[in-house]
Amino acid sequence: MWDYTDKVKDYFLHPRNVGEIKDADAIGEVGAIACGDALRLYLKLDKKNGNRIADAKFKTFGCGSAIASASALTEMVMGKTLEEAEKITNQDIADFLGGLPPEKMHCSVMGKEALESAIANYRGYKAAPTEEGVIVCKCFGVTDVKIERVVRENRLTTVEQVTNYCKAGGGCKSCHPDIQGIIDKIWEKEVRPAAVPTKPRKMSNLRKMQLIQETIERDIRPVLMMDGGDMDLIDVDGNTVYVSFRGSCAECAGSRVTLKSTVEAKLREFVTEELVVEEVNQGGSTA
Amino acid sequence: MPYFTELYGNPSSMHTFGGQLQKKINQAREQVANLIGASPQEIIFTSGGTESDNAAIRGTLEANPDKKHIITTRVEHPAVLNLCQYLAQNGYEVTELGVDSQGLLDLDELHGAIRDDTVLITIMYANNETGVLFPVEEIGQIAREKGITFHCDAVQAAGKLPLDMDKSTMDMISLSGHKLHAPKGVGALYIRKGVRFKPFMLGGHHENNRRAGTENVPSIIGLGMACELARKHLPEEQTKVRKLRDKLENQTLYQMLNSRLNGHNILRLPNTTNISFEYVEGEAILLLLNEVGICASSGSACTSGSLEPSHVLRAMGVPFTAAHGSIRFSLSRYSTEEEVDYIVEHIPPVIRKLKEISPYGAEIEELELKAAARK
Repeated sequence: MWDYTDKVKDYFLHPRNVGEIKDADAIGEVGAIACGDALRLYLKLDKKNGNRIADAKFKTFGCGSAIASASALTEMVMGKTLEEAEKITNQDIADFLGGLPPEKMHCSVMGKEALESAIANYRGYKAAPTEEGVIVCKCFGVTDVKIERVVRENRLTTVEQVTNYCKAGGGCKSCHPDIQGIIDKIWEKEVRPAAVPTKPRKMSNLRKMQLIQETIERDIRPVLMMDGGDMDLIDVDGNTVYVSFRGSCAECAGSRVTLKSTVEAKLREFVTEELVVEEVNQGGSTA
Repeated sequence: MPYFTELYGNPSSMHTFGGQLQKKINQAREQVANLIGASPQEIIFTSGGTESDNAAIRGTLEANPDKKHIITTRVEHPAVLNLCQYLAQNGYEVTELGVDSQGLLDLDELHGAIRDDTVLITIMYANNETGVLFPVEEIGQIAREKGITFHCDAVQAAGKLPLDMDKSTMDMISLSGHKLHAPKGVGALYIRKGVRFKPFMLGGHHENNRRAGTENVPSIIGLGMACELARKHLPEEQTKVRKLRDKLENQTLYQMLNSRLNGHNILRLPNTTNISFEYVEGEAILLLLNEVGICASSGSACTSGSLEPSHVLRAMGVPFTAAHGSIRFSLSRYSTEEEVDYIVEHIPPVIRKLKEISPYGAEIEELELKAAARK
């Protein structure tokens, strides 16, 4: 059984804005019945009020989280201009719902794509950007452009994550090496060492910073992201590491536990036992 | 319950405190043997259907190391299918037989697949998704004539159909506890006397040297009792349970014009029905049914965490429009007429609600008009 948040359940059981808009200014359509989910999004703009979105409706074929994500999206775009709406990411949709199970992140991506498709439709473009490119996953018809985007936007590092976010690689699996290639290409310029970091006894400040960053990227953020959360490294002062939670972690009452049991424990394991981790909220003061 | 609290001894021990439990285990072994018409020496206890399948398949291969070809079907339970796919990457050749649109096998295809180096045929009795039955006695006959071991995953069939291993042509069958109202995490493997087998789990001398590991005493005793009850109530499966299943199925198919039955209508378990609601997604149906207290399962991609719908329905060529919206109901002798009426009453509003949300409303209506015209 999926561990859906109460908000996902609520938006599935009582979906807001189901329906069609007869004289819609923009219609976005993504997915197909063969893939297991499809979404049609209708937008009505208020021309007198700076072309803000006055109404949004949707129709979805799909699972509980697909319906909830589409419904959440319609609420999120209401009152926004297309330029503002365009900035909504799939992570924003997942965050709005209090997080989605990792295997269901593609539902939030489908929402984001329907929005893009609608905006492209309004502007008279033929295809949304993700529909361009070369098809990498033949089973689900996913292009390299789309894979690159979900990898960048969600900082994905494994093929499994890519499958969770955009379905690519979820069928015959023959494209897994290609997907891994795309991931490697994107991150090769950034810090992502292949070997496990060693623990030198006397560490320069620079080395310590590097190890902290590497450990956060490789051992901590993937764990948090499994539960729909995330974190940022804010600062390092001596042996005190300041971090800030995002996503479901930010609202989670157990974040103090996560801070100590996951973040601090991993940093002590891979960097140095002397580290202390403190949470900083967005205003800048310690929690 | 006393086996969790006071009687916690180890049946392998020399002292009476533990040793007395060996008698209870032997009694359970007899109860299991009685259900399937076997002798108790032919039964070993396992941790469930998956272990039974693994032990049977690997145990047969180990005992016959010269032959490297296995025959199975495309619609097996993952316990068999994934193991066979693993073996195919590790020195074995595997032939997966297909099924037709009703889920039935073609025995001519089986004949054609047999080779000189075929060591094992592993084919299920009743499909776990559709309930469709395979002609296992005929398959066993073919295997016997060719000197090939035949293992049958009978997890779904045991307790629902009469089994008589004494007269059967099957060499090994797998059973699972919780499919017969026994606890979860216990099962059994029947190995016909004289069939070559090497133990899969190595260690101590338990289970007559055929399955090492300290016995799961309370669950084994529970499995024995469940088998005795299943034997006593076996006739009800074909009368009471079948009648309830047919009522649920017929009324649902009649009420919902976008629905269709998956699997052969007659050659099927009496307790299972697998119905597809076209253009509606299975996980969403299950979640809404769950809200009104109805527990079912689905072959939809979304429920399993994989992205593709049921391998069984795809092997049958069920179109995607229907495969994603398949729902399976499993009944038992404990099901009641009231429960069936309740389900029949609650399905239409659930499907209607999802139809309203679906972008394929027009397609559903077209389908319904065609179905209505046929009636």
